[in-house]
Amino acid sequence: MSKQKLVVVGNGMAGARAVEEVLARGGAEMFDIVMFGDEPYGNYNRIMLSNILSGQQNYDEIFLNTIEWYAENDIVLHTGARVNEINRFGKYVVAENGVREDYDYLMIATGSRAFMPPIPGLHMEDKSLKPGVFGFRTIDDTTGMVAAAPGKKAVVIGGGLLGLEAARGLMTHGCDVTVVHLGKHLMDQQLDTTAGAMLRTAMQKMGITVRTETSTVQVLGDTKVEGLTFKDGTSVECEVLVVAAGIRPNAEIGTRAGLTVERAIVVDNHMRSVDDTSIYVVGECAQHRGMVYGLVAPLWDQAKVLADHITERNRDAQYHGSKLATKLKVMGVELASMGITEPREERDEVIQFQEPMKGTYKKLIVRDGRLVGGILLGDISKAAFLMQAFDRDSPLPDERLGLMFDLGAPSQKVTIDEMPAEAQVCNCNGISKATIGAAVAAGSRTLPAVMNATRAGKGCGSCKGLIGEVIAWFAGGAIEEDPSIHYYVPCIPMKKQELIAAIRAHDLHSVSSVFEVLAGGVEDPASKIPLASLLNTIWPGQYEDQRDARFINDRVHGNIQKDGTFSVVPEMAGGVCTPAELMRIATAAVKYNVPLVKMTGGQRIDLVGVKKEDLPGIWADIGMPAGHAWGKSYRTCKSCIGTDHCRFGLGDSMGLAIRIEKTFRSFSDSPGKLKMATAGCPRNCSEALVKDVGVVAIGDDKWEILIGGAAGSSVRKGDLLCTVVGEDAVMLMAGRFIQFYREDAKYKERTHTWVERIGLERIKAVVVEDSEGWGERFDAEVAAAVAAYRDPWTDGVVPATENQFRSLIPVEA
Amino acid sequence: MPNEIFARHQEYAIGPVDQIPFGEGREFQVMGLRIAVFRTRADLVYATQAACPHKEGPLADGMLGGSTIMCPLHDRSYDLVSGSEIGGACTLTTYPVRRETDGTLLLTLPAPYTPAVG
Repeated sequence: MSKQKLVVVGNGMAGARAVEEVLARGGAEMFDIVMFGDEPYGNYNRIMLSNILSGQQNYDEIFLNTIEWYAENDIVLHTGARVNEINRFGKYVVAENGVREDYDYLMIATGSRAFMPPIPGLHMEDKSLKPGVFGFRTIDDTTGMVAAAPGKKAVVIGGGLLGLEAARGLMTHGCDVTVVHLGKHLMDQQLDTTAGAMLRTAMQKMGITVRTETSTVQVLGDTKVEGLTFKDGTSVECEVLVVAAGIRPNAEIGTRAGLTVERAIVVDNHMRSVDDTSIYVVGECAQHRGMVYGLVAPLWDQAKVLADHITERNRDAQYHGSKLATKLKVMGVELASMGITEPREERDEVIQFQEPMKGTYKKLIVRDGRLVGGILLGDISKAAFLMQAFDRDSPLPDERLGLMFDLGAPSQKVTIDEMPAEAQVCNCNGISKATIGAAVAAGSRTLPAVMNATRAGKGCGSCKGLIGEVIAWFAGGAIEEDPSIHYYVPCIPMKKQELIAAIRAHDLHSVSSVFEVLAGGVEDPASKIPLASLLNTIWPGQYEDQRDARFINDRVHGNIQKDGTFSVVPEMAGGVCTPAELMRIATAAVKYNVPLVKMTGGQRIDLVGVKKEDLPGIWADIGMPAGHAWGKSYRTCKSCIGTDHCRFGLGDSMGLAIRIEKTFRSFSDSPGKLKMATAGCPRNCSEALVKDVGVVAIGDDKWEILIGGAAGSSVRKGDLLCTVVGEDAVMLMAGRFIQFYREDAKYKERTHTWVERIGLERIKAVVVEDSEGWGERFDAEVAAAVAAYRDPWTDGVVPATENQFRSLIPVEA
Repeated sequence: MPNEIFARHQEYAIGPVDQIPFGEGREFQVMGLRIAVFRTRADLVYATQAACPHKEGPLADGMLGGSTIMCPLHDRSYDLVSGSEIGGACTLTTYPVRRETDGTLLLTLPAPYTPAVG
């Protein structure tokens, strides 16, 4: 099929963005693209013009698409060519300079221009603006202002967002600035009367004169601007006049072509003119459901719908309007505004806080439990949360005060906006916000893609949530979800339960057979470990333990150290050992020159720095079972002294800890580490409140079981699962909880994350109330795991593989 | 191998392939060099430098899948055929290795250059 021709009138932010979206959907294969722009430049970010004016940025920093970009994408660009005529019947356009282009599809993206109110004296005889008068819309406007402004008296007509930005920029050029505003208060689109007055006070403190409810009747000066006269008869002198009184859509081209134009060119939900299915309209020149948008966020949304539709990627793509929220800094005052500024219906609930001396003002308008409007001035720490709730129309928490303030939170969470570019996001690998931004700019739009490109999140993984937020921030909310994040392993497109079913259905007992049957025979080294863990969970005692599918720690039963040596931790149930065992440990440590002997956090002794070759020997000399201190498995159960010696003890925590260890050590595979503790009384000397499973004696043979606690990279107090009577009941409930976790959680998902993800109520229902009827099966799985238990250190006597404990094989020449 | 100039290559027999279990690697010392030799589940063999260029992790203790090796210390991954890091800029030195019919592995190493006498 031959290509169709897409002609774009307008090379501003809307036109270029829409073309980018079309190209992203394979549009280059479908269309020959021609663009017309009336400015002689490539495409630039108009929003940043205020930074140019204030000297914070250079022109070359604000260009979005350079002239080269058009060439690289085979786009024909006519610059300095304003299109005046559309012939809808002949399907061609003609520009002022005579260039004519035929089209199959036309995209109108002519944007808008500064509105010049009909004030006498604003123009010269020949209709050009009087020297000294500027709009604030284009690079040329800005260049003119920068040349004319320094040290002069300047007036800005218009106290809206753009006017205030202009005032700020003129201040930096040493101007004496007056802002003249027709409305009752500044920024009347975004603020209410109170906030407007506070903003006015803040601006006056900075030396800007503000006149509200002031109408200009005459611009003075014959050959150039010399001053203004107002309706009340007063006047002011000035040499520079900036008119920022709003914008007018450039919709005349639509009128001349016979399209329906009200305030702008009227479009349907596919962003097409309502009169002509081959003409699309996007940006500030489009009117959708009565709304004309002057901000960029709606424009991005429109461009996506347009591109989906025109490329037939999705013919049902529809634009449903945008909710307007802005966050900005005006003259050093932080400001966020969303939705309506005043209540409109009787049921609207207004929540307000005001601290005039500090310049802080917060106002929220809530309708049916959802945010419909809000203003934050001075303190915008809650803006990110509120803008998200507003945009998604999500229900608000009942605690209204928490919407405005962080009450008693330990540390205020920094929003992504406020985070400096060099701030470290991933502490393990030292990856900054800026590095993630560069990866997003280079095309990585999903969490796994960014992780692969930067290594962010590939250490402990606790920053993954934050990385996702940072990606979304850089991508303008357009984070793409990679479906593989829901898979148990990335190379097999199945969630954990689906994978378990498939493994059972095919009766697969080894990792290599899983790759063969379910992954098309392709081995993924990173997937081997989670698959081995899962198989051992599904088939206790009947799993074919292929050692190459195991991490090195599980091949030699010790924790690898940075120099390639290993640690040796003998089992010490309940943190208890005999003097004879202690002496054997000490003797072995001396014999093998162990460089470090250390007490672990889990009440065991760690011999650190043992060579691989020495492992079998040192295990034999110590003569104790393995302490399973190296894997994603049951690790340890801390305990206090309990009843035997402690004067406060209410339950035999030490005895229970030993029983727990001897049973649950059989869980040699688990999604994450399982660290447990027992406490003989609620004083909790063994820190049972922050363990994956904690058990606390409360007297009369009663025990509280707490789950999902953590005190590592995350700190979380465990939730009370249930209170039971007797140690047998503790073993039953803890066993069912752990088995449920083993079967349900994602690989590497610790209990604290899992409990929060699936919810305490669900866990209570399954484990305590046996709502699914899985209890007896859980018990049987636990029993099977216990029956299959084998001390891994017996490998020291009969090695499982060739050269299992050799770190270096010398070859004679 | 600093300060040595290699001009020729030489093959060294490093013993039977069965010294290395399927899907794993083992580290050998040959002519003063530490070499990691891998044997995949498909029974292909590869040889590379033994230490990961990142923090000298023992690659022979890594996770092997297809022709990819992942270091056990910080999960850096390398393609064993080209030696190049996957998603990174590091490179492993690779060495040709082949198998005799009796299963003996023959490893090719560059031999030290000896200046001609006289």
